[in-house]
Amino acid sequence: MRGLKELTWINLKLFIREPISTFFTLAFPPLLILLFGAMYGNDPSPMFGGYGSMDVSMSGYTAVILSTVGFMNIPITIGNYRELGVLRRYQASALRPRVFITADVIANMLVTLLGMLLLVLSGWLLYDVRFEGKVLSFVLGVVWSGLALFAFGYLIGSLAPGARAAQVIGMVIFYPMMFLSGATIPMEVLPESIQHIADYLPLTHVVNLLRGLWFGEGWGDNILAVAVLAGILVVSTVFAVRVFRWE
Amino acid sequence: MRKVIQTNEITKQYGSVRAVNGVTFQVEEGEIFGVVGPNGAGKTTTIECIEGLRKPDSGSVDLLGYVPWKDHLEVAERIGIQLQESALPLRIRVKESLDLFGAFYAEREDSQVLLDRLGLADKSKAMFSKLSGGQKQRLFIALALVNKPQVLFFDELTTGLDPHARRSMWDLVRQIRDQGSTVFLTTHFMEEAERLCDRVLIMDDGKIVALDTPEALIRSLGVERRLVFTIANHFDAQSLSEMPQVDRVEQIGERVVVYGSGERFASSIVRGLETSGVDFSDLRTQDPTLEDVFLSLTGKEIREA
Repeated sequence: MRGLKELTWINLKLFIREPISTFFTLAFPPLLILLFGAMYGNDPSPMFGGYGSMDVSMSGYTAVILSTVGFMNIPITIGNYRELGVLRRYQASALRPRVFITADVIANMLVTLLGMLLLVLSGWLLYDVRFEGKVLSFVLGVVWSGLALFAFGYLIGSLAPGARAAQVIGMVIFYPMMFLSGATIPMEVLPESIQHIADYLPLTHVVNLLRGLWFGEGWGDNILAVAVLAGILVVSTVFAVRVFRWE
Repeated sequence: MRKVIQTNEITKQYGSVRAVNGVTFQVEEGEIFGVVGPNGAGKTTTIECIEGLRKPDSGSVDLLGYVPWKDHLEVAERIGIQLQESALPLRIRVKESLDLFGAFYAEREDSQVLLDRLGLADKSKAMFSKLSGGQKQRLFIALALVNKPQVLFFDELTTGLDPHARRSMWDLVRQIRDQGSTVFLTTHFMEEAERLCDRVLIMDDGKIVALDTPEALIRSLGVERRLVFTIANHFDAQSLSEMPQVDRVEQIGERVVVYGSGERFASSIVRGLETSGVDFSDLRTQDPTLEDVFLSLTGKEIREA
């Protein structure tokens, strides 16, 4: 895996130097807490089984970070790199394709976890949100969700000829899911008809898994979500490897 | 001399277009080998088949004993590539990119050495997007040198550069060769091929038109030379055509072009003019160039081809 450490480090630096992606991954989630917290507060509510609105939203906002990275940052970067000829420059070096992809996944994962950390810190400082799960289990849940959504992101990036097409495809997938999956608006608040649609959205399973782990459920309690994400990971990876083009 | 590249009857087709059509040649260690021809002649496809970035439809390539498109990593460790079109992430810094690419290889050159050698030391912290065309091109050469390669590939290295930058690129390429690497380049500038290359392969429509040293290619045209000058007073220049070295004379107003050959072609005409008391100025000889070779071999001007 020669060059893995160096490429991961460069990818992290490039991410931080891109103001738009930094904003949406690191600053936007705490802003969601400020906005929705001001609207709903965090008083215990029977609708959320005695938890407050912010307590149940932490997992959803984490899903927002995951999908921002997976459906926006990854496809746009890959599309952009293909369009500009960055991928060709890498292809013409001794960089192995699996090192390229591993470094990119690790960097995106680290950025996601950093975003999650800032989010949880803000929730804790502003609303004293309750966390009843195990830290390691929740973080692993984020990583597992990330692998599935990122793989899907690489598939979009492999299919799209350039950055603009990748952005359009990413947005078409991203926006409906943001509002229909329980990520930004808790599922309990959504009408029943939408809850039925939500079962078919990948992000819903991310929200379900993370919310379960957040409140102390085990992985076995969320076997459907875990399995759906595994399916997305495998299918996306197989397709992405087939359709990926350097130029 | 050791052969570093041997191609045998390579062909590559895109749709109905035969980009490369049965090309066979070899490149020896330590030479600057140039492929010239107009846009669309098949130069880039040829160079990319040798680099292993493309697989020819048929034919074989031997690069340092490897099959480039199969032994990608073995080849990548030993060669350096500058692509005709490529880029780096816009916000990567110059030195960062050299350190990064160096990390991909077992053998690597110190980035500071490369920065100094390519005149990029004062740009080491600049972002890729802030570099000028010439600076980007020098950075791409530095990236191609980062693994101390045995063979370097430059595809249209000087396209888009101003004449001054182009000349300094030529010096760089000569330095790289003098330090022991073999250089394989493509260009559509005939002057570049003539000044820079030890041997030149002229390509047109996917085929080899000629392959030799620039001098031999020019000599093969025949040895007609040209003497050009301006005359101040009335003088019938046609009288010069009686001299044994002169083939023909063209005169348009004060401007005279004398075509001919022979060892003392120019000096004998000058002596003839002085004897006749002709007041002439702006005298210069014009030797045929690779441009003329291309024209006579293909019937096309390279610029319009």
